[in-house]
Amino acid sequence: MNINLTLLMQAVAFAAFIWFTARFIWPPLMRAIETRQKTIADGLAAGEQGRQSLATAEKRISELIDDAKAKAAEIVAQGEKFRVDTVEQAKAEAKLEADRILAAAKAEVEQEVARAREHLREQVAVLAVAGAEKILSREVDARAHADLLDAIKRQI
Amino acid sequence: MAAAATTPSEYITGHLTHLTTSVGTGSFWTIHVDTLITTAMIGVAAFGFLWWVVRGATAGVPGRRQAAVELFVDFVHGQAKSVYHGASTLVAPLALTTFTLVFFLNATKFLPVDIVAQVTHLFVPHYRIVPTADINTTVALALSIFVLMIAYAIRSKGLGGWLHELVTAPFGKNLLLWPINLLMNVVEYLSKPLSHSLRLYGNIYAGEIIFLLIGMFAATSLAGTFFAGFLQLGWAIFHILVVTLQAFVFMMLAVVYLSMAEEHH
Repeated sequence: MNINLTLLMQAVAFAAFIWFTARFIWPPLMRAIETRQKTIADGLAAGEQGRQSLATAEKRISELIDDAKAKAAEIVAQGEKFRVDTVEQAKAEAKLEADRILAAAKAEVEQEVARAREHLREQVAVLAVAGAEKILSREVDARAHADLLDAIKRQI
Repeated sequence: MAAAATTPSEYITGHLTHLTTSVGTGSFWTIHVDTLITTAMIGVAAFGFLWWVVRGATAGVPGRRQAAVELFVDFVHGQAKSVYHGASTLVAPLALTTFTLVFFLNATKFLPVDIVAQVTHLFVPHYRIVPTADINTTVALALSIFVLMIAYAIRSKGLGGWLHELVTAPFGKNLLLWPINLLMNVVEYLSKPLSHSLRLYGNIYAGEIIFLLIGMFAATSLAGTFFAGFLQLGWAIFHILVVTLQAFVFMMLAVVYLSMAEEHH
């Protein structure tokens, strides 16, 4: 345990090591660490920003979806109304058409009946004349008694 | 092995003798060559390694080696920052240097003394491997911190302010109190490097002696050799704590002293 020149030389060595560390080891390493810290901080900030814009977008999306749902419901309601209207209209038209057809058919039937009746009258007249002719043989002149026959025809 | 042919005191003093060279007359002009060589080798290896890692350091994703160095440096940085709040940018690198250097100088204690002796004695008569068990090393480190301490105090308060504080703190400005204040401050200033250096020296030196004492069991028998090996292992495991703790304490005291030097009273 004797103090000697070694002390001074060790102090010089210590000073040299401090200088070396402070000059060549500390600054570059701190620079690297701080740069990385900044990168990480930036990344975190960007992530936070991304999260926020995602939230905004999600809000906007849900708004759009609600909007679209409302519109769709409106369209469906309109469609339903249109369907009901169309059916009603079609029913009305169909009824009208049916009435028309029914009326035409009735008219035709009536006409037919009238025609048939006319025809029958003719036939009856002819038969009556023929019968009368047979009965009266030549005693009755069809032309002379035409007015009488006509009166009978009308009574049928 | 060595003890078989020598007495116990010869064995111990043999291991505690420095390799010296004289550069002048008088005991002061002696150099402990072993201390200097070991310190230089350890320092170059440790700081060379750090420099090599830092040279390849990237600001992107660090490799394992860089991450390990960053963890260590960041730990020291955090400790220094928590104690020292001044303007100097030298304190943190100085703390790193101190911790690294003292830790690795202490760690030479893990080398088995007798094997080291066997190898070095092929070239030189004596070689003490642990530089921090040499009081010159610890006093050199402590005095360097002491000089920086005074430099920081003067830089922070000005020469006049520092001198004024020497005579007025801690008791007061009264002229009668000046001698007492000065005495208190001188004692305080002197006790710092003394306790700083002797704490480290005492711990490491005592540890070394214990290693040597345990080693002497090997002289008794083969069983004694195994017993010594077992004890040495236990003592070495315990010294993992001592080596780290003493390096840490030395670093923290250096930072605390520098921090106190800038405090105004």
